[in-house]
Amino acid sequence: MAMTEYVIRFLAGGIVVSLFSVVGDVLRPKSFAGLFGAAPSIALVTLALTICAKGLDDATMEARSMMFGSVALCFYSFGVCHLTGQRRVAALLATAMMLPLWLGCAFALKRLLSGGA
Amino acid sequence: MLVKVKVSALRDTHWHEYALRFGLGGLATVCTGLVAEAFGPATGGLFLAFPAIFCASATLIEKHERHRKKKAGLPGKRRGQQAAALDAIGAAIGSFGLLAFAAVMWTLPGRIGPLPAFIAAGLFWILASVCLWWGWRHVRRSSV
Repeated sequence: MAMTEYVIRFLAGGIVVSLFSVVGDVLRPKSFAGLFGAAPSIALVTLALTICAKGLDDATMEARSMMFGSVALCFYSFGVCHLTGQRRVAALLATAMMLPLWLGCAFALKRLLSGGA
Repeated sequence: MLVKVKVSALRDTHWHEYALRFGLGGLATVCTGLVAEAFGPATGGLFLAFPAIFCASATLIEKHERHRKKKAGLPGKRRGQQAAALDAIGAAIGSFGLLAFAAVMWTLPGRIGPLPAFIAAGLFWILASVCLWWGWRHVRRSSV
């Protein structure tokens, strides 16, 4: 990747993520605002740039893997909810503790459902 | 009203908290590109659903709720954790919307073109997320 592409990725990613965060900030109730915590912010930028730079085949492959990541995100979020709501763990610690679960789940699903491809 | 817009909530967030989200969002997007470059699109794609700014968001929500209760002279630690838990349950429901977005972007771009596919994926994301959230809230209210 060229330096310019890094800069475009950083700026576009930062702007889209910030916009979704602001929308989440102003919405109530909090459970509804939380929907925007799982907004396709990084996906929008990355898929658009992949289509422009490498074409549709790479982008559709990324989107397919994103489905495994989404399922992992569901387990991750339920885990964070359990730790903060039931176990009274601080949010920062709970979100950090659950990251290995996301990684394990996402890679296991990819290996199981796409034969590790 | 079921869903409200509270613009005054923006005043609770400091400029450095917006900067933190911007930086983390940008960094996560760059890292996703680097992973795809190094290990291929199948592995890079996993990170399109990585909870990159979730740590920062949940921590900020907890902090803001704690401060709000502290101002009112109440101990806010527990309330802050509960607010973070509610945000997380919303993200768990929203992840099904994200799954719908990914499924559309996997199947449709080749048939209808990239731009219409992005629009369809966005619509599926918001529809799936809102419908599931509404269903969850309905079930939760009936069971209380």
